[in-house]
Formats: sequence, C-alpha cells, structure tokens
Amino acid sequence: MNRNTWIWIGVAAAVVLVIVLIAVASGGDDEETTAGDTTTTVTEEVEETTTTAGEETTTTAGEATTTTAGEETTTTAAAETFSIAIVAPSASNDLAFTQSIVDAITLIQGERGNIDVQITDGTFVVEDAAAAIRAYADEGVDLVIAHGSQYGGSLQEIAPDFPDTSFAWGTAADTFGLPNVFAYEAASDEGGYVMGTIGGQLTESGIIGIVGPVEVGDAKLYVDGYQLGAEAEGANVLVSYTGSFSDVALASENASAFAAQNADVMSGTAQMVVGAITVANDEGILWFGTQANQTSLAPSIVVASQVYHWEVVMNEIIDLVQTGTLGGNVYEINLENTGLVIEYNPDFPLPDEVRAAADATIADVIAGNVVTRVEG
Amino acid sequence: MSANWDAFFSAATLIAMVASGIRLAVPLLLAALGETYGQRSGVLNLGVDGIMLLGAFAGYWTVLETGDVWLGLAAGMIIGIVLGVASAVISVTLKAEQGISGIGVYLFGLGMSDLLFQRLVGTPTPITKFPKLDIPGLSDIPWIGEMFFQHSLVVYLAFAAVPISMFVINKTTFGMNIRAVGENPEAADSLGVSVSNTRYATVTIGGTLAGVAGAALAIDLGIFQQNLTNGQGFIAIALVYFGAWRPLGVMAGALLYGMVNALVLQFKTLGIIPNTWSDIAAMAPAIITILALVIVARRFRAPAALTKPFTRGT
Repeated sequence: MNRNTWIWIGVAAAVVLVIVLIAVASGGDDEETTAGDTTTTVTEEVEETTTTAGEETTTTAGEATTTTAGEETTTTAAAETFSIAIVAPSASNDLAFTQSIVDAITLIQGERGNIDVQITDGTFVVEDAAAAIRAYADEGVDLVIAHGSQYGGSLQEIAPDFPDTSFAWGTAADTFGLPNVFAYEAASDEGGYVMGTIGGQLTESGIIGIVGPVEVGDAKLYVDGYQLGAEAEGANVLVSYTGSFSDVALASENASAFAAQNADVMSGTAQMVVGAITVANDEGILWFGTQANQTSLAPSIVVASQVYHWEVVMNEIIDLVQTGTLGGNVYEINLENTGLVIEYNPDFPLPDEVRAAADATIADVIAGNVVTRVEG
Repeated sequence: MSANWDAFFSAATLIAMVASGIRLAVPLLLAALGETYGQRSGVLNLGVDGIMLLGAFAGYWTVLETGDVWLGLAAGMIIGIVLGVASAVISVTLKAEQGISGIGVYLFGLGMSDLLFQRLVGTPTPITKFPKLDIPGLSDIPWIGEMFFQHSLVVYLAFAAVPISMFVINKTTFGMNIRAVGENPEAADSLGVSVSNTRYATVTIGGTLAGVAGAALAIDLGIFQQNLTNGQGFIAIALVYFGAWRPLGVMAGALLYGMVNALVLQFKTLGIIPNTWSDIAAMAPAIITILALVIVARRFRAPAALTKPFTRGT
C-alpha cells in the first residue's frame, strides 16, 4: 500500500472513532430522543455539553449562548417556574462535594415541584465556572449556586453586574457585603469529630490516617475535627494533604503510605479520595467517608459517612429569594439542624456500645460540650 | 521531630516509598517514551494527556464490563493507536501547527472521556486491579525484593520498554530513519526515506504508549474519575525534554519525578513537613524537574526539525 492509502485509512479510522464516541455518548439513557426529531436532539446535545463542561474554555461562551436559546423555550412554557443553576467543580455523581449539592437541589425539586434546575459540573477550571455563572445570570436564572470556595473571586466580580439575580456561594462564610449573595458552609468538623471517636475506638493498631486535599474550607474543618475526635480516644493520627482536590493517584499513594505505617482506619475528604478508598479496600483498612455516602465504593470497609444535606439551607434561601431577599445571609449546616447526618453502613458490624457512644458524642457536640474545631 | 525521622528511616517506610515512587513513575514513563519517538522524528504531540485520558477510560470501562485487566490494557492500546494515527493525520498530512493541534486533541480527550464516563458509568465504581507478579527468587531479597520485584506485570513491561526503545532508536534502520527525519528531513527525503511514513509510525507509537499509559493508570488505581491523569501527559512531555530525547534520560526523569513525589508524600504523612507547608511541598516535584530541565537543556539540543512540518522542495 502506498502512503496515500495509509493516510486515508488514518483519516477514516479517526472519523469512525469520533462518530462512534459521539454516538455512544449521546446514546445511553436518552429516553426522550426520537428518530427524526431534530429539535429534541439539538436541545439535548446542548444540555449535555453544558452538563459535562470542563472541556473547552474557548467554547464556553458559545455554549452558554446556545443554552440560553434552548432554555428560553422551557422558561416560556412554564411561566411561574423558579429556576436554579448549579455550577460545581467535579462530576454530579462524584460521591463527594458536587453530588452533595446536586442531590439536595434534586430533592427540593421533587418536594416543591415547579423548579427548573440546570447544572454545569466539572468546572475545575475557575475561568470556566466564571463563564458559566455569568451566562446563567445573563440568562435570568433566579438563583445561581456557585458551589466551590474557589469561585469566590469570580462571584465578587460577577454578582454586582446582576443586582436582580440571587447568588449562593459555598462553602464560605463571606457574602462580600453584597446584597445579592448568600454564603453557605458546612460545620464538617462536627461529624468529623463524631466519626473520629468511632475510628478511635475501632482501631487496633492505634494508628489512623487522614487524606486531605488542600488545607482550606470544609476539608480542613473535617480533617481537624476527625483528628480531634480520634485523639480524644487515644489514637495516633497521621494527616497528609495531597495539595490537590483531583489527584487520584496521589491520594492512592497516600493511602499506601498510611498502610505502611500500620494504619488500620482511614478517612479523607474531596473527590480524589476514591483512589484512597480502593487502597483501603485492598488492605482491609476501615474507611470513614464525608460529603456523600461512600458505602457503595467499598461496602465491606466503609463504617459510616457524614452526609451533607444542603437542602436544609437551600430551602431557606429559595424562600427568601421568592419573597424578594436576594442575599446577605450566611448559613451553616451542622448536626443540630440536621444538615449534617451520620449515615452508617448497615452491612458493617459496628458494636452496639460504639454506636451508643457515637450517639452520645453527637449530643455532646450539639450541646457544645466538646471542642471540634482548631482555632487559627 | 526525631521520632518522625526514625519512622522515616524504618524499613517499612523506605520500602513503601520506593515502591510508591516506581508506581507513580510508570504512566509517566510509558507516555514519555512514546512521545520520545515522535519528538525524535520532529513531531511534538501535545495531545498526550488527552490520549491518556481516553485510554484510561477505555481501559477502565472494559475492565468494568469484562473483569479482564489485560483486555482493558488492550482497549487502552487500541484507543491509543487510533488517536495516534489521528494526531499524525493532523500534524503530518494536514501540517497543522503542532502546539495548537495537540491542545485540541487534549481538550477532546478531556471532554470526551468525562462525557463517556458520565453516560456509560456515572457513579465511580471500583474495578479489578492488576494482579501483583512477584519475580521468583528476586522478590524474596530483603528490602530490594519488596521495592523492585513485587509489582504488577505492567510495571516490568514499562521498564523493559526502555532498553527496547534504546535499541530501536539507536541500532535499527527504522531508528536511523527517525533520527534522520528529526534532524534533517530534506536530506533524509533525498536519500529515499519517507518523512511522512516515518512520522506516521512514530506518532502512532506515541499514541499507543499514551493509551497504554492511561489504561495502566486507571487499572492500577482501580477507579476512573474526570481528569484522572491530572496533567500527567504534560509532565510526560516535559520529561522528554528532561531526558534529552533519550529513553534512558526519560526513565531517569520519570523516576526522579515519581520518587520526589513519594518522598514528599512520606514526609507529609510522618509530619516531617508540617501541613501548613503541604501546598508548597506539593510543587516540589515540578520545581525539581524544571530545575533539572534547565540544567539539561543547556547541554543538549532538541532535534533540529522538531515542530517543523515537512514539505518537499522547501
């Protein structure tokens, strides 16, 4: 075969691959798509592109414009619908940070009805998130949720340009003094402390490892809380921040490092912990999850997970927005307001006395009898 | 602090650290070796990370569906071959600006791997990992055995690819063609060496190894997530420069990067580096690699035709 034949084989192979990939990607669980229904297909493609995001910085603006066009139809169709847009850094089903807000808003949507939800997830690039936040505000969405403390700087610039749009930003405790920004945070140290005491009672080697991402926000709160709780039970706690929210390989190696130190209980926070959980599973090390219920990742070793129920604060925020207050408040989910809930793995044989002690600790934390936070 | 240092110098820690460094180096080594072929022939493929991501997803999904890790590795390889050929079409036949077109391939891989993951899998689900293969005799040597000879087959294959690549590039006619095309394509062309065929072959080899690197990463971790490689493909490209376009140098770079990462990890785990410094410490591998790169770059030069598309008669 001569050179040109090879070239054409290459071109054909690449074209076939792209077509196959796009076909597979747009197939799957599309129940609405009907053959020949051009309008439906186009709208869906637009939604998919937005949902996955993180793909192309350069086309974000274009996507947003297209989305506006696609969504206008929906908005017109249901005049009284309250519209919410979520912009979040990782995948909607990451079993961690992003899933916690998506689950909450989906729940609210189910309870209240008449709520239109749009999601742009995977925007780990802050500029992409900023473009999406601005596009949603421009589109006239009632409440734009910027779910990531790293989006604060962008929000501070964008929110003043859209005084009639309400923005919710978390996890954070600062509304920048803007009248149309709510802030929300999680007292993740509380559940961390409770699970730390459980881990402290379950460890046989007396060594516990915690994998953190970056020492900020609710990640730091959680790690500190867990450490304090475990240390209260006499455990020796090793803490390591990988320096990244998304580096699965480093989280995995971090877990191996803990295993080498004889840790038999581990925990960690942020979406990269999936790497650590598989190592813990291989080594038979107990795991405590946070943000979302992580039992499905390793049913035999997950003891419990601290689950975020943002719906507790989001319901309040939506009520306020609907009555004309667009911002100014800072909210916290905690054990007391049931925004934080410890969910146990039903298949893990947790001794009754440990469970009872955990319930007592929860009561103590709510009553303010124990210190769960490291100041400074 | 002294207790921490004692823990660091314990057998368990040092063995875990070296083994960890080797595991971290493997995807980088595979991808960088592949990129070395392309760059020696004059083609810079910046799309390595995108190919790795699609290879990673293909490997992950195949294992999830079939439970066979080797089928997963093969799936990563096939995706790598196809994207390698596609990259060659773009940079050799269409003569696109290599810096820009590579970024396009990267963005395609980043977005498409995530889209496919969301549509076909959704929630992260663990898969079977590579089985460990203890090398008989060698794996029983105290310390050394646990550090170097208790890995999966992929680790040994990755390191075996280094002498093979050295042989191919330095001792075979094909290797001579690669070097000639990368240094002086006009001269090679006048001697009857097909510049485009050679470049097609090298870029496809690069894509193949990138796909394998991605699949190896996903199957070694036993999980897939959006942007799983976290930029490893770009580090692999830097390692080709670091290694002065030589397989042995590339291996040294990959091992240095992996080892520094593992060392920093152990330091943080044992509290030798305080947590408040961990963000700075996380940059250490990149900084050390860049410093080494600066030193290396002064001594060696890149293939003369690197990034330059070839058109006969110009």
